[in-house]
Amino acid sequence: MNRVEEYVDVVVVGAGHAGCEAALACARLGMETLMFTVSVDSIALMPCNPNIGGSSKGHLVREVDALGGEMGKNIDRTFIQSKMLNISKGPAVHSLRAQADKSNYSRSMRRVLEQTDHLQIKQMEVTELIVDKQILTGVKTLSGAFYHCKAAILCTGTYLKARCIYGDVSMHTGPNGLQAADYLTDSLVKNGVKMYRFKTGTPARIAKKSIDFSKMEEQKGDETIVPFSFTTDPESIQKEQVSCWLTYTNEKTHEIIRENLDRSPLFSGVIEGTGPRYCPSIEDKVVRFSDKPKHQVFIEPEGIHTDEMYIDGMSSSLPEDVQVRMYRSVPGLENAQIVRNAYAIEYDCIDARQLKLSLEFKTISGLFSAGQFNGSSGYEEAAAQGLIAGINAARKIQKKEPFILDRSEAYIGVLIDDLVTKENLEPYRMMTSRAEYRLLLRQDNADIRLTKKGHEIGLIDDCRYQKLLRKEREIEQEVSRLEKTYIGAGKNIQDFLEAHGSIGLRSSATFAELIRRPELSYEILAEIDPGRPVLSKEVADQVNILIKYDGYLQRQLRQVEQFRKLEKKEIPDFVNYDDVPSLRIEARQKLKLYQPSSIGQASRIAGVSPADISVLLVYLEKERQRKKYE
Amino acid sequence: MKNDTIAAISTAVTNSGIGIIRVSGEQAISVVDRIYRSKDSKKKLSLQPSHTIHYGFIMDGEEVIDEVLVSLMRAPKSYTTEDVVEINCHGGIYSLRRVLDTVIRHGARPAEPGEFTKRAFLNGRIDLSQAEAVIDVINAKNEFALKSSLSQLKGSVHEKIVCQRGKLLEELAFIEAALDDPEHISLDGYEGKLEQETEQILREIQALIRSADNGHIIKEGIQTVILGKPNAGKSSVLNALLQEERAIVTEVAGTTRDVLEAAFSLDGILLNLVDTAGIRATEDLVEKIGVEKAKEKAEQADLVIYVVDSSTEPDENDREIMNFLTEKKAIILLNKSDLPPVTTVETIEKMTGKAFPVLAVSAKEQKGLDLLEKQIQEMFYDGEVSFNDEIYITNARQKEALIRAEDSLKKVLLSIENQMPEDFFSIDLMDAYASLGEIIGESVGEDLVNEIFAKFCMGK
Repeated sequence: MNRVEEYVDVVVVGAGHAGCEAALACARLGMETLMFTVSVDSIALMPCNPNIGGSSKGHLVREVDALGGEMGKNIDRTFIQSKMLNISKGPAVHSLRAQADKSNYSRSMRRVLEQTDHLQIKQMEVTELIVDKQILTGVKTLSGAFYHCKAAILCTGTYLKARCIYGDVSMHTGPNGLQAADYLTDSLVKNGVKMYRFKTGTPARIAKKSIDFSKMEEQKGDETIVPFSFTTDPESIQKEQVSCWLTYTNEKTHEIIRENLDRSPLFSGVIEGTGPRYCPSIEDKVVRFSDKPKHQVFIEPEGIHTDEMYIDGMSSSLPEDVQVRMYRSVPGLENAQIVRNAYAIEYDCIDARQLKLSLEFKTISGLFSAGQFNGSSGYEEAAAQGLIAGINAARKIQKKEPFILDRSEAYIGVLIDDLVTKENLEPYRMMTSRAEYRLLLRQDNADIRLTKKGHEIGLIDDCRYQKLLRKEREIEQEVSRLEKTYIGAGKNIQDFLEAHGSIGLRSSATFAELIRRPELSYEILAEIDPGRPVLSKEVADQVNILIKYDGYLQRQLRQVEQFRKLEKKEIPDFVNYDDVPSLRIEARQKLKLYQPSSIGQASRIAGVSPADISVLLVYLEKERQRKKYE
Repeated sequence: MKNDTIAAISTAVTNSGIGIIRVSGEQAISVVDRIYRSKDSKKKLSLQPSHTIHYGFIMDGEEVIDEVLVSLMRAPKSYTTEDVVEINCHGGIYSLRRVLDTVIRHGARPAEPGEFTKRAFLNGRIDLSQAEAVIDVINAKNEFALKSSLSQLKGSVHEKIVCQRGKLLEELAFIEAALDDPEHISLDGYEGKLEQETEQILREIQALIRSADNGHIIKEGIQTVILGKPNAGKSSVLNALLQEERAIVTEVAGTTRDVLEAAFSLDGILLNLVDTAGIRATEDLVEKIGVEKAKEKAEQADLVIYVVDSSTEPDENDREIMNFLTEKKAIILLNKSDLPPVTTVETIEKMTGKAFPVLAVSAKEQKGLDLLEKQIQEMFYDGEVSFNDEIYITNARQKEALIRAEDSLKKVLLSIENQMPEDFFSIDLMDAYASLGEIIGESVGEDLVNEIFAKFCMGK
């Protein structure tokens, strides 16, 4: 035998945020897991922004944590600043964001991986998939070694045929100058996988000592830090935080950019990939929003052991000399020393409509994929998919039903349903407006929504599960007490209400009724509620939200009930859409292409009308009856 | 699976004066109970046994809408296997429509095209061999509903809805952009602006609801197109019809300059005259817009009146159009009977093989128009011409969608008044946006995300 030939359960290709969650989930579920990376030193690398979370992304991290994933715990170990966004708005859009110490984040995740049983890490490029009769049986590496496996999860991020570009400089590397993976695309195409080419970008990193912070506004972290993970004791992470800084571009910056647009590879056509609209380069912003005299620029530390600062808001692929002038036109950056240039990166990814909701390929059994490879963007989106792909690869091997979250259960459900059901022509980013039932999908109740499921899957231990049950019980009892407890219109109550700008009571009212008043809350009422039990802040918050927003929550619950009816109607694999009479041609083509798994999913496909759905329902019922008679 | 409660007119709508409203679903009996009053005001339908018939009245508050017989069929022994109530009305088209309206206001929703049949099948009431037929019914009904919900929608109404929807989307995008990127976009002091904007949109929607009550949203009645060459005297026929005190029901100038429509009642039969060139315009439709356009118009009509000048020879265009009309219900008017005839009734009958009734009239001298009137009535009562009853349900559906939009906007105002956080506003704004979309046949899709990216400079 002249080459290495080994047997494992699961192969994970890539060690970014998707790969780490996928590999950990598989190994923790008892699968012999082998994780490949082009560089062991780049495990859980954050090649772009130095933070985790943010609007709607923070929700994803919470959900990953509630299901037993690692991202939340890892950022709790390594953050250097933390902020709850949208705190003045409703609880559904509160979102946690933490600045990470990038190298600590990476190191800490690596340690977790290394200490996990059943998990091996290997530095090697995977070049080929071994597929036999539409079933994945193994992978081949650049060195010629064979790894037989029962499932593989592709988490190749932005590495496939990657090209980094600024001005007329174009390098065939992955992010941060790391080695690109040039062979796997061909193997995928050979197996009938349809590829897309996407693009994204990152701003320059500038040396801290060259920045004049006196010309910028300081952005501090929150006074009380809220952890990402439901397992982290909030007391344990209250610590000294570092600041970020805010400055602005100006007319001069925009002039420099406009004068050099013809030298931008984006505008000259050198870059072919489709970039995201939500994360435009600074030249894109200047062109598309030409009426804006200035754009915000946030200066964020990359860590505490480095002098590099991330220039948030000014990603670019302009030539080096233009970059220097452009950054130096910004107040506080006049003497900026650029450590790393800004660049755009192009990479191969797939049309994710080729995947099932389990993230397994529809046409290649045992092959799963997650993260930017699926056309998403962002560390959090990647981690969420990685976790689900990992769980489902393990379940497939264990011959269990796939684990699927629907749109009414989690942002993760929205994310994956969007990816595999809609045509995404740009890197997909999570947004709260994409979640129809967001009042129910709050970051504060991710544990209540998902931890039971995590326990059933096997990623949540009994202790954590029991804790959750206790929390649920406490919430339920307290809500019920407040709904049932009346207080009279006595003088002390009237005085209390007046003092809080609330109108007096004409007759007695329940505590719940008072909590629903905009100017009052569960916390405020403590003073006139002597019978209140001692409860943790987490429980008290839930009680307040559940009572205060009860009317809205009930409405969304009713909508969810409607939604689930269609979601529950499964479309069996045997449906041949050519046999369904009276489907319109467009609907027939779309249904054949997507092969939706439920009537609900079918109804979300653009080009499938309600009438087509009716026709399909009748057809399915007919088939069901026919099968019954046979 | 629990089903919500649906209602529709389930008989062909004719002027015979009798029609049935069918209500099906879990709440069917309680919905009708809310508007039903027995003679002694004491009877509760919910307490009556299955398969019984009850005499009484359908009430809108204290007002009697119609004297009715109500049949109860409890699940599973009914057409749909759900609780079904059928209301037999006697008061003609108008009260039939009002009864439907009232049922919908009290908790039922307008049925989708073919929905009763679909439910009957999905609930196992109709057997397998009929499945194909069920699909056909759904398709046929849906095709009509689509046609009527889009083409029957008046141009001006369509435009208003598009406009209000656009405004809603703008507000939604602003809120959502700010929620997604709070460090770039601030919502400080936004409620005041949103309140004003919402109140304005609400007023527009309420105006549309009022016009729906007056039947101004969609074109009801027999869609009648009058075609003819310029010198055929089409316009004088039209003028004669309208001038003869036919009680003009509506006359609304549309937004496109030359669309004009008029509906008038011919002894209780509602005729709806539609013409892109303007029914009073004197230009020749056939020559100006062309034969193809005439065909297209005729295609959409329930009834075509083709006007021929009897003082000239029919030409190729006449032939081609009349040939085409053999597929349709049509009447040929041989106008200008006051002039020496060149073309006679016999000539036309020979040309068309007696495919249509041919009448000699003189619009100028107002002669023979009574024959036209009689002819239309005969065709209608013989069932040759009928306007599809789906149209009433379409109107009801659209009105219901408008009312849902109105409710949602009121909820937005309430949320603002109650000082709810901004993200709560967008829930109901989005519902209003979706409801309005149903009327013009547009789904929400990626509208919001696209608007956010188009209008706001997002992200890092």
